[in-house]
Amino acid sequence: MATIVGGITTSHIPAIGNAIANDLKQEPYWKPFFDGYPPVHAWLDQVKPDVAVVVYNDHGLNFFLDKLPTFAIGAASEYRNEDEGWGLKTLPPFPGDPEFSWHMINSLVNDEFDITTCQEMAVDHGFTVPMSLLWPGQSPPPIRTIPVEVNTVQHPLPSPGRCYKLGKAIGKAIESYPEDVKVVVIGTGGMSHQLDGERAGFINKEFDLMCMEKIISDPEKLARLSIHDLVKEAGAQGAEFILWLVMRGALTGRVTKVHSNYHIPISNTAAGLLVLENAA
Amino acid sequence: MATAVKQQENNDIPGTVFFDGHQAMKGYALNKMCYSFNRAENREEFLRDEDAYCRKYGLNEQQREAIRKRNVLDLIAAGGNIYYLAKFAGILGLGVQDVGAQQTGMSLAEFNAMLKAAGE
Repeated sequence: MATIVGGITTSHIPAIGNAIANDLKQEPYWKPFFDGYPPVHAWLDQVKPDVAVVVYNDHGLNFFLDKLPTFAIGAASEYRNEDEGWGLKTLPPFPGDPEFSWHMINSLVNDEFDITTCQEMAVDHGFTVPMSLLWPGQSPPPIRTIPVEVNTVQHPLPSPGRCYKLGKAIGKAIESYPEDVKVVVIGTGGMSHQLDGERAGFINKEFDLMCMEKIISDPEKLARLSIHDLVKEAGAQGAEFILWLVMRGALTGRVTKVHSNYHIPISNTAAGLLVLENAA
Repeated sequence: MATAVKQQENNDIPGTVFFDGHQAMKGYALNKMCYSFNRAENREEFLRDEDAYCRKYGLNEQQREAIRKRNVLDLIAAGGNIYYLAKFAGILGLGVQDVGAQQTGMSLAEFNAMLKAAGE
């Protein structure tokens, strides 16, 4: 049977991709951020996942407002990275696992998550930056991937509670897969930031640190927040925290923290990193 | 009679526009044009003849004027969504700090200092 080796949450700011491409990791601006990752690499070397379920948000690459799913899942043998409008060099395609995807789709719909299925899916920085951070220098990373996409572009966004429940259904789907594969669940995005409006540049360290603690000890408390609460406390794009709650839902009730890091600012954003394992 | 789902009041956070159904309808043409900028050939076509490109996507006068002025707050007021607008900003060589500085009326240095101070 498939097993969940743990969960990772990491920010996915586009500027990180630039910093990696231009080898700026040891520059003073970037060092406190990138220094958070070697312990995660060591953990991945130890648990050796075969598959990563990557929960992320599309920023206007694969989906437009003409047809905008609330939840979508990839069911492709590979996922292409494409130009998001800034002309950056694209990464090689990421391998998929369509058999496992379809198992998850069947399980999720059976559990009343009527998710949009995608046999073609271009992935943007929300997906690719975490891959580059977690498996540096390995392109594509040595794992198969299943992207799960959550709408954060157009309100109404799915509530934190709904996202937490989606995570629980994803955890159940993974653990009912009959193949012997080890799975890591990754939630990307966050933490507090706001790009638009006169409130641009808003960051809330106190709220972020509360979230990083409670997502371990009391995720139900965070699942009771509203999207409005998240926008108010974490900024318009800080609502991406719902992706972290999907990851947390996929783990068991009790988890242990393997590693964490938090740094302000990377670009306009407070960058957070967490590695969690299911408690024995 | 069924009770309508009560809409959350989304206008009480200063300096924040919720991109909801109302904004999405208002900004559809503008956002569709900006979405097209994912492709290099479309970015080039826009730069060759901005007026013609805006006409092709059916921008209204408010949207056309906001594009002409490169004014992000006006683009948001005209229904623009920041994720699509970021692609327009990319054409102009503006990053998210430039966009933040413009919207808050700060210099780039002041805006970056504010971000840094949030971590202290």
